[in-house]
Amino acid sequence: MSDAVSKTGRWIDLANPTRFLSLAGGILPWLGGLTALVLAIGFWMSMNAPDDYQQGSTVKIMFIHVPFAWLSMMCYTIMSIAALGTLVWRHPLADVSAKAAAPIGAVFTALALITGSLWGKPMWGTWWVWDARLTSVFVLFLMYLGIIALTRAMDDPAKSAKATAILTLVGFINIPIIKFSVDWWNTLHQPASVLRMGGSTLDPSYLKPLLVMAIGFTLLFFTLHMMAMRNEIWRRRVTAMRRVAARSADRGTVS
Amino acid sequence: MRLIAENLGGERGGELLFSGLHFAVSSGEALIVTGPNGSGKSTLLRIIAGLLSQVEGMLRLEGAPAAFEGLAAAAHYLGHLNAMKSVLSVDENLHFWQSFHGRGQCSIEEALECVSLGEIGHLPFGYLSTGQKRRVSIARLLVSDRPVWLLDEPTAGLDKASETQFAGLMRGHLTGGGIIVAATHLPLGLEGSKELALGGAA
Amino acid sequence: MGALFLRDVRLGLRAGGGALVGILFFLAVIAVVPFGVGPDLKLLSRIGAAMLWIGALLATLLGLDRLFQADRDDGSLDLLIMASDRHMLPLTILVKCLAHWTVSVLPLVIASPLLGLFMNMEPAAIGATALTLLVGTPAITLIGAVGAAVAVSLPRGGLLVSVIILPLTIPVLIFGVSASYGAVEDPAPFLAPFLILAAITLFFAVLGPIAAAAALKSSAD
Repeated sequence: MSDAVSKTGRWIDLANPTRFLSLAGGILPWLGGLTALVLAIGFWMSMNAPDDYQQGSTVKIMFIHVPFAWLSMMCYTIMSIAALGTLVWRHPLADVSAKAAAPIGAVFTALALITGSLWGKPMWGTWWVWDARLTSVFVLFLMYLGIIALTRAMDDPAKSAKATAILTLVGFINIPIIKFSVDWWNTLHQPASVLRMGGSTLDPSYLKPLLVMAIGFTLLFFTLHMMAMRNEIWRRRVTAMRRVAARSADRGTVS
Repeated sequence: MRLIAENLGGERGGELLFSGLHFAVSSGEALIVTGPNGSGKSTLLRIIAGLLSQVEGMLRLEGAPAAFEGLAAAAHYLGHLNAMKSVLSVDENLHFWQSFHGRGQCSIEEALECVSLGEIGHLPFGYLSTGQKRRVSIARLLVSDRPVWLLDEPTAGLDKASETQFAGLMRGHLTGGGIIVAATHLPLGLEGSKELALGGAA
Repeated sequence: MGALFLRDVRLGLRAGGGALVGILFFLAVIAVVPFGVGPDLKLLSRIGAAMLWIGALLATLLGLDRLFQADRDDGSLDLLIMASDRHMLPLTILVKCLAHWTVSVLPLVIASPLLGLFMNMEPAAIGATALTLLVGTPAITLIGAVGAAVAVSLPRGGLLVSVIILPLTIPVLIFGVSASYGAVEDPAPFLAPFLILAAITLFFAVLGPIAAAAALKSSAD
């Protein structure tokens, strides 16, 4: 019983935005440095990876395309967990986390689409095909934009939080569709080659830089996400302070 | 300068609200329009502002300064609504109306000082309380010069201190040779103003 | 007038991302086309210009009902009408239309080449479509101003505005699409429909604001 109480106590501690701000202030420089380091190593490894005998050097687009695509889905998953946090546990930071993640996710999704398009032009001879994988990622991009539009449409964060959370959870249906679209439907996009039953089909000379890049971009995501959350908390404080300022200006005239 | 109405009649939604109104207001005078709800106070003001057309009679402004030709061009209209955008800051709102209506004697800062809102110009209009919003729209009357002020329930939402302050601003406008036509059911604190009671006879 | 333009642009950018919704609608309309007609790239490239035009037309109509209604709701419209001795009301309306176009329609025009790629269109067709959209969409906004002014006093005029002005925008659609096709298909001319499109825009730049001004003046109550 007392254990449970102390546990919720710790949860509330973490939920406290002030606590989060000081925590983020301490972690961010290290996280940013680590991100830069891993990404630099990843770029170096990618540069030195051998050219493919069929695709030539275009194969190296993979080293950024795959992390972007993976992050576009991970970001949405994080937003869905945050949405659960808003609706079920009413965690005060969950809504901040979801709102901060949406623009980052949208950018990663757009980058995945763009890099995929650049890769597809020499491979398939066209910038874009309407196959299951590409279309479902495009729909994911539209959903990110829709969520951003919804969060921006309401200026009261308490009201927009729940609406956004519900929309995010409903949209989560799309994530498994994207993941398994290449297996369920016969598409132009190649099937999964890294994460699959029976080990990866990718040669280690490609797999290693890809994994390092994936870790690097994941770290980048968390760095950006933490910074965006900090900005969002600050923005809400500025809004609150402005409201206080408006009220206190009135009191000044009466007295 | 004289604002003259002869045999004025107005309607709203096909129903005749008043007819045969006569009044004349000269420079430095205020006309307070009183009457119960639905007696046509707002309609009269909107007719003077040129937003509605009268059913009968005529309305003219004599001897207005050369810069203001026509009654509508010479008038400030303060209606029930504040004509401010809630997402823009107070400064942005006033700055827009000032450049749209022409620069007056007061700067935006001075006008906000006049209504005791000097420090909140940077805040979005939507953050303000009802009374503060009303005072910002009163500041709009000050940032551009118009000889005629048409005020529709100007003190709605104002507290006592702000009412007194607003009475001072109106007296200043009258001393400067302006005309005020105000529809209200509350005393505005203007001494020696003319009164026009609507709807009493009907 | 510059102040009015700036104010409306600021409002469009700040008020709950209205511009973003327009673009999103455009993207969504284009995205559902392949589901409807099938992912055949040849077919898509053939109907691409027409689809971009229809998508842009619908997205342009989307926010038009708020053009005057937002100003009416907070009382600004009264003051804009009252100032008509100082600033001609049609000119005021023209400026409002331009601001609306800049915020909500120009982004669509800029996004249209990207969507052209999705529709597997040729570069020349994409360029021609973007150009015709740039020249033709102001006409839709200006025609829409008339509908918005007529429906301004209705509490729920949103859909009505679109229904009223959709038939009026058909000439814009016809010449816009035929100019886009003229750029890629050999026997069809490009310049003639393109110039007619420009003429339509210029014509409505005059007629639209004047008609809207008349409607607004009579709508005041």
